[in-house]
Amino acid sequence: MTTLDDPLGPSSGLQATESVADVADLGAARPLRKDVWRRFKRNRLAMVGLGLIILLVLTAVFAPLIAPYSITDRAIGHYREGVSSDHWFGTDTIGRDMFSRVVFGARVSLKIGITASVIALVIGLLLGAIAGFFTGVTDTIIMRITDIFLAIPYIVLAVAIASMLGHSENTVILVLGLTGWLGIARIVRSSFLSLKQLEYVEAATALGYSRRRIMFRHILPNALQPIIVYGTIGVGSVILAEAALSFLGVGPTDPTPAWGLMVSQSKGLMSTSPHLLFFPGMAIFLTVLAFVFVGDGLRDALDPKLK
Amino acid sequence: MTAYLIRRALQIIPTVFFALSFLFFLFFALPGDPATLIAGGANRVPDPIQIEQINERYGFDDPLLVQFKDYWGRTIRWDLGESFQTGRSVNDILGEKAIASLRLSIWAIIIEVMVGISVGLLSAIRRYSWSDQATTIVTAGLSAVPVFVLGYFLQYGFAVVPEKQGWPDWMHLRTSQLGPDTWALFFIPTGEQWRYLILPAITLACVSTALAARMTRGSMLEVLRADYMRTARAKGLRERSVVTRHGLRNAMLPVITLIGIDFGTVIGAAVLTETVFSWPGLGSAISNSVLDRDLPITLGLTLAVVVAYSVINLAVDLSYAWFDPRIRLGQEGNA
Repeated sequence: MTTLDDPLGPSSGLQATESVADVADLGAARPLRKDVWRRFKRNRLAMVGLGLIILLVLTAVFAPLIAPYSITDRAIGHYREGVSSDHWFGTDTIGRDMFSRVVFGARVSLKIGITASVIALVIGLLLGAIAGFFTGVTDTIIMRITDIFLAIPYIVLAVAIASMLGHSENTVILVLGLTGWLGIARIVRSSFLSLKQLEYVEAATALGYSRRRIMFRHILPNALQPIIVYGTIGVGSVILAEAALSFLGVGPTDPTPAWGLMVSQSKGLMSTSPHLLFFPGMAIFLTVLAFVFVGDGLRDALDPKLK
Repeated sequence: MTAYLIRRALQIIPTVFFALSFLFFLFFALPGDPATLIAGGANRVPDPIQIEQINERYGFDDPLLVQFKDYWGRTIRWDLGESFQTGRSVNDILGEKAIASLRLSIWAIIIEVMVGISVGLLSAIRRYSWSDQATTIVTAGLSAVPVFVLGYFLQYGFAVVPEKQGWPDWMHLRTSQLGPDTWALFFIPTGEQWRYLILPAITLACVSTALAARMTRGSMLEVLRADYMRTARAKGLRERSVVTRHGLRNAMLPVITLIGIDFGTVIGAAVLTETVFSWPGLGSAISNSVLDRDLPITLGLTLAVVVAYSVINLAVDLSYAWFDPRIRLGQEGNA
């Protein structure tokens, strides 16, 4: 089916989709998926986390319907007011409704969290897979680069790149995506190192499959479990990092309702108006917690040996 | 063993070199002319003569590669240059900030090891108990709180509230600045100092403590099922000795690896903690210097952090042999 002399040819990927063996693989994977869901469902914390994530996504999607005010509307004369029936989460220093801003903040956090995680995941996956599969010089170079970037404090790098590219949501996405792949690359590499020793890889090689096909259609599906877990928790860490960057003043700028930015705007106002800190702080906390719970639940569900 | 140690120590050099070189070039890619910034900030129109003098003094007119060579020439002689903004020697700044950070992190590490490992251990031994479930929830919660939010919450609860409610004076904690800066034996706070130290130390420790507890629990659960644990019990050893000497010691390998790798997160937490509590340490100084574009400070302080990171990870590798005597460092497969 695949040509022998076509180690990385572009055609091999297309043909692979129709291959009988691969269809059989998919069939075999189905009962496992059901098992995972059954085990996942039994984990109460994971279900709470999943519920929170669904709530968060709904909030982000329907933000304009949920929020009673716009994020820039100012209630003249109502500055830093506490919780009331008009303003459920109070108002901020210039009279904007905190509830509306926190609701719209879900969009910012989710957008940054998910896009940056996907970028990091793709880079980490590719580099980790290449390092683990080819070993030798390629591996050494990639891993050395990873080590060097791990040695530079993450936050220094992020602040430096963010101040270079300017302050916006897209910058933050880029910064976090470009700095977040290190852990994933290491995990993917170690999975690839051990998996490529297995017989089925030898069999695939003997069948003359291209290296790309072996890497991504044979080894990768078996290395997915830790990646899924890491990726889920990773969305949480990205949201935390985004909050930290906003807090340090290199994230999105003022009218953007980023939760981290809102927390940093409460600086020094804690004794008079703690609500400015409490609501956005809780929003970050619950969001990250949800991803941690789901990640933990997935790990336990994917690896029944641990339970 | 000695050969291994030397080889590993030599590997630190390229890491430090490339990491700092990367930051050096990144700085020159940043928008804005450093001479203008030194001459008075971006908001003022600086005097062209002054700019010329500054360019002359710092060598900004030289080709980038010459500046790069000069930088490393000086750094190798342990001359970290002087701050663009204040003209202070970076060596002095480093000395001062590193000590403040070190004192804070010693306490954070003490909390992390004592609380994190013992909580994880207890949680693993009493698996599925009420306290185990509480630990799982609390540690997950702590790893989800942004460091700065936690810092502010602690400030509110332990400094703002006591002040507002008029609680007795001994219950007040302090929330910002270093305090009287009085220490015994380098790291033990004396006098009123503990009031200033305790909240930032807890804040800095929280994330890694939660992580250490989770890791210890998971690793310990795995070890508890091992055959040698059954053997140890069969020999009639006391349960306490089975758990600590046979169990915990084996369970520590992944935990200390994590503590080593996680150093970057700790630096991030330190930046935030020091910013929230105005603690004059390395973390806040580095992030401020990046924001101020004060390259000598950024590079000088980052140098210290990168070296510390490498040394810690080397120490982690060396400690493997102590935790698990079967591991012989420097022999094939381990290097």
